[in-house]
Amino acid sequence: MTGYDLFELAVRNLRQSKLRNGLTTVGISVGVASLVAMLSLGVGLQQLATRRLAGSGLFDTVFVTSKQDFRGMDREDDQKTGHPEQEPLLDQPAREQMQRLKYVTEVEPEVRVMGEVLYDGQTHFGFVTGLPMSARENEAFDNVQGKFFSGPAAEEVILLNDFAKELNPKDPKQLIGKEITLRYGERQALPAESTGRPQLSGAETAGTNNDDNFGFSVVRKTQALKVVGIIQEEPYGGMRAVSRGRIFLPVDLTEKLNMAQFTDMRSSLRGAGKTYMTLTVRVKDPGKVSEVQDAINKMGFRTFSIFDATKSLRRFFTVLDLFLGIFGSLALAVATLAIINTLVMAVLERRREIGIMKAIGASDGDVKRLFFTEAGAMGFFGGLLGIALGFAIGKAINVGTGIYLHRHQLPAEAVWILPPWLIGAAVAFSILVSLLAGLYPASRAARLDPVQTLKYE
Amino acid sequence: MSLVSTSDPTAAVRTENLCRYYPMGESLIRAVDGISLSIGRGEFVALLGQSGSGKSTLLNLLAGLDRPTSGSVLVRGRDLAKMSSEDLARYRRSDVGMVFQAFHLIPSMTITENVELPMRFAEIERSERTQRARQSLEQVGLGHRLGHRPSELSGGEQQRVSLARALVNHPKLLLADEPTGNLDSRTGEDILNLIRDLSFRLGMTVVMVTHERALAGRFAQRLIFLGDGKLVSQEALA
Repeated sequence: MTGYDLFELAVRNLRQSKLRNGLTTVGISVGVASLVAMLSLGVGLQQLATRRLAGSGLFDTVFVTSKQDFRGMDREDDQKTGHPEQEPLLDQPAREQMQRLKYVTEVEPEVRVMGEVLYDGQTHFGFVTGLPMSARENEAFDNVQGKFFSGPAAEEVILLNDFAKELNPKDPKQLIGKEITLRYGERQALPAESTGRPQLSGAETAGTNNDDNFGFSVVRKTQALKVVGIIQEEPYGGMRAVSRGRIFLPVDLTEKLNMAQFTDMRSSLRGAGKTYMTLTVRVKDPGKVSEVQDAINKMGFRTFSIFDATKSLRRFFTVLDLFLGIFGSLALAVATLAIINTLVMAVLERRREIGIMKAIGASDGDVKRLFFTEAGAMGFFGGLLGIALGFAIGKAINVGTGIYLHRHQLPAEAVWILPPWLIGAAVAFSILVSLLAGLYPASRAARLDPVQTLKYE
Repeated sequence: MSLVSTSDPTAAVRTENLCRYYPMGESLIRAVDGISLSIGRGEFVALLGQSGSGKSTLLNLLAGLDRPTSGSVLVRGRDLAKMSSEDLARYRRSDVGMVFQAFHLIPSMTITENVELPMRFAEIERSERTQRARQSLEQVGLGHRLGHRPSELSGGEQQRVSLARALVNHPKLLLADEPTGNLDSRTGEDILNLIRDLSFRLGMTVVMVTHERALAGRFAQRLIFLGDGKLVSQEALA
């Protein structure tokens, strides 16, 4: 018998006992729905965790400091180093070298300076921090009011909500689009006559190594900035030094303005030109962090990164998915018994029909395939219905979670995600399980003796 | 008409020392016990005997529905006893047509679908199936009831459907197990007339099981009498 004929006969047979076969199919669909709901929850939670970790910006980052700094802090590697002052400087050439490393997407200094904002005739004190363009991906900007910087050196500012409230207590949002004035200290090299060198200042000095080896002045400057956004929380969750800032500028702008930092004093004492206290190296893939870290260590710098948590996270979620899958499969296991029961009943009821079919030319294989197809068809329809049911359950979970999070003043999260592969896999699994359940009834039907079945009916 | 020899190589069906025993508790039922016979091509044979004489068992052995305990059933040189179950199924759907006392139609299908069923197993194209089923039903005088279900037909009409289904794959051997058993005498006669006409027209061999001696005498060319599973006697009719 051809596949099409088998399927047509199977569907016809299933329609003969609509209620019983319908209930069995619903049973399968409940099993599939439970499996889909559980696995989708696992996928959703995994994606949520990965998204949150990626959003924190901590797992794709290597923090680099010079071994010349933090001496005497009982670090083992420092103790091994006889002369830390001979270690390489964390300066512009080192930064450029890191920029050229494989998998590195961004190397930015951490900038944190004191500043004053003049707005509406009032002066407000706050720490100014520089943000790289990659900070746009940080979760702090998920719910930004306004927008992120338009460019790496744009004369724009993003304010922390608390600080914005200080500037405009009634309606901080009004600040977006307005101009504020930032007062800051510019580092200027000492006049040439006092150092025996030509004077350099402003952008010309940024990143050079030999500008003001022997001293600098801090000169009060002002800069007009357009407020483009307001954020609720500090980026990087307080892990980076840029935290505790309240006024955020594009990091390139802070360098362009040559803002004087606390660490400049250290550079001046060392007499080694402009160096960085910390460089933040952003890596393309969290899995490559240790490789990049090794490369930077070889350059002679001290590095710090949060261990690649994604690997252990994946392991955790594989185990979680396994258990969710097992729990989800329990309902499907019960449905499997229902299929066996339904088909065994069908074999008993259709003994005469099976006998007739054999008498007019059906082989044992034809009969077996027919029952097999009936089982598969129940699995197929049950699978489709189960996907729909599972989808509805998942949506309900998401809506419920959203309401719960909203009540706790938290943004809504999709904890349930149905990946396309799971739709195909669930239907295939449903058919497979149904076929396995059909094995016994089908072989029982195929073994029926036509003479006996026709004699007693 | 002379009896066909059991060694006739031109016979449509031949049995040689055919036995079919069933164990029942500690005893053995000898349903068919050493029957050797030969049925010629195009011959109409009636198997007669009391209930339990082995008529239906012999018919089932000829149909390839049952396997002999010993002996052989030779159809066109092939021994059914040695064929695989898959080959026996192929034999049933291409070489044999069966008609039963209880009609054995599938009630959920229309009569056209019932007649189409053997062609599904023979993997015949859908369009050809419909055409052949219609022709077969027209042949038995039911061309006007194609879309009806068996329950909507009389007993005689149902037996005609059963006959149409048996003939649809153009078998060389028609096996009828008490085809008139559930019909009144007039309808039974109509059915046998139809079987005889078709057998003559299509050159088909017919083996009919019946216990109605008189009816068999009017339609069959040869009567074979069975008793306790053995061939008791044969009678050729003019």
